[in-house]
Amino acid sequence: MNHLVVIPILLPMLTALLIMLPPVHYSPWRRRLVSMVSTVLLLLVSVTLLFQILADGMTFYAVGNWVPPFGIIMVADLVSAIMLCLTAFLAVGAVFYGSAGEDERGSFFHPLFQFQLMGINGAFLTGDLFNLFVFFEVLLIASYALLIHAGGKNKTKAAVHYVVLNLTGSAIFLLALAVLYGSLGTLNIADMALKVADLPPDNQILVKVGGLMLLIVFGLKAAILPLQFWLPATYSSASAPVAALFAVMTKIGVYALLRVFTTIFGEQAGPLAGLATNLMWVFGLATLFLGALGVLASKDFRKLVANLVLVSVGSLVAMVAFQNTAANAAILYYTVHSTLICGALFLLADLIAIQRGKAGDRLVAARRVSQPVLLGGLFVFAAISVAGLPPFSGFIGKLMLLQAAVGSDKQFWLWSFLLLCSLMVLVGLSRAGSTLFWRVSGMQKADERALPLQVFAVFWLLSASILMMVFAGPLTELGFAGATQLGDVIQTIRTILPASGVSL
Amino acid sequence: METLFAICIGFLTSCGVFLMLRGRTFPVVMGLTMLSYAVNLFIFSSGRLNLKGAVVLGTSESYADPLPQALVLTAIVIGFAMTAFLVILAIRARADLGNDHVDGSMPDARPAKKERQK
Repeated sequence: MNHLVVIPILLPMLTALLIMLPPVHYSPWRRRLVSMVSTVLLLLVSVTLLFQILADGMTFYAVGNWVPPFGIIMVADLVSAIMLCLTAFLAVGAVFYGSAGEDERGSFFHPLFQFQLMGINGAFLTGDLFNLFVFFEVLLIASYALLIHAGGKNKTKAAVHYVVLNLTGSAIFLLALAVLYGSLGTLNIADMALKVADLPPDNQILVKVGGLMLLIVFGLKAAILPLQFWLPATYSSASAPVAALFAVMTKIGVYALLRVFTTIFGEQAGPLAGLATNLMWVFGLATLFLGALGVLASKDFRKLVANLVLVSVGSLVAMVAFQNTAANAAILYYTVHSTLICGALFLLADLIAIQRGKAGDRLVAARRVSQPVLLGGLFVFAAISVAGLPPFSGFIGKLMLLQAAVGSDKQFWLWSFLLLCSLMVLVGLSRAGSTLFWRVSGMQKADERALPLQVFAVFWLLSASILMMVFAGPLTELGFAGATQLGDVIQTIRTILPASGVSL
Repeated sequence: METLFAICIGFLTSCGVFLMLRGRTFPVVMGLTMLSYAVNLFIFSSGRLNLKGAVVLGTSESYADPLPQALVLTAIVIGFAMTAFLVILAIRARADLGNDHVDGSMPDARPAKKERQK
């Protein structure tokens, strides 16, 4: 059995425990060093896993050696490996930024950060819906504590809403799982896909209810339209490295939607095929538009970036509705791009806010930042990338999204919404940039300078945009390979449940 | 038995939803607790209700599905921890924000005053 599959879950967990032990815990630099080294190791492990899956195809790990569909399994296919690499890459940036001093403003930053990584990795790797719930809770309870890291009124207020909403979401998740277990008799994703195909007609409506309840839950995590009101307040009040890591949390919702609604309710699901695609399509586009409006209306820069997260989630969820290989490949590429750039923007917003003194990140005239060339240059680069102007990764990502819709009846709506919203994002960003860097009052410059670790973290995340441009060819191929593997449900079932006797 | 069980779940859920929609944090915590009780009972029923069912093979004539029982145990533990966290957070919010409203400030009383003036 391939033990590499569980290492992305075990490594952060053991690191978190190690950091809390006395020899490490009592020295800030030892805590930071252990956390940073472990996160870099996590990135290496994830990349190794990705290459292994590329070479050998998808693999799974049966915990306790219970043969599926019994017991819990971890499934590593290309999609989950790509998401693991994305998480680790983002985490390296966030943990380096946090180690510059942000981590000392509250206690237990590094252990909580590692526990959250464990939850995120687990959610990407699991092949069992109940286990997905458990890992959701692991990452959520770490995120509750991280959200109020460093304290303050805004954080407490945002945290109350966030925790209550997510607890309600968990209750609905459990109801959905109980309905699905009661009607399908299994919670293993591959086994569910098998059982849905030949479902007795009496149970169809129950499974449909369960599936739609899952849509509510994942919609809440991904923040799509009627359930997105928590996101701007939460993300903009969290401290910078935490907000950067949170950039991947909405994408977990998108990933879960992709997993459930292509594997279980995909085209082989008989009468339930394509469940909820219409809902995802309409609400995805609506979220996209609302996010773009939010970008225009934001009064501070962090809110603006939080709305950019909504823009990316909206376009991704609308793409999930297509349920074809080109759309799924575009989703994979665009997810990686948007997560890393939004994470970088959260870090950059913090750097800018520190140097602007009292005005912080509010979009008003204030004193000059002390490093206008560095911060301004990074801002322009990130803004071009996130708005989707050539030549950086945003352009390629948007192009893939647009191309995936060519020839379908949804092309008109997707193109008009996506392009209009890109224009709105561009206007919003140029307004923000000119206010932050050019509308300066005569007051003297601040003394604060960005620390090397902080600058490195922003560079690290933004370098992804350049790498994704330079290696666009192999990366799109990887995206297509992942999407093909995701869409090939029969192969998945044959790998995980060889005894089921499914043939091509 | 099924009817009684269903009525119990429905009653707990409706109480939970009602309390969750209240404005102060304490009723909201109570509401979430009730909702999680209802959810736990509901998961339990997904393995079908039967009396005197054993979960170990070879010990009885009728068997109960052991998986929902394991799921319920996990859900109870997680729900308990989350509720504990929420209680602490609510106390912290009361201290930080100066009141126990979920929005961080009591709703504006001015409209009521205006009506009185009329």
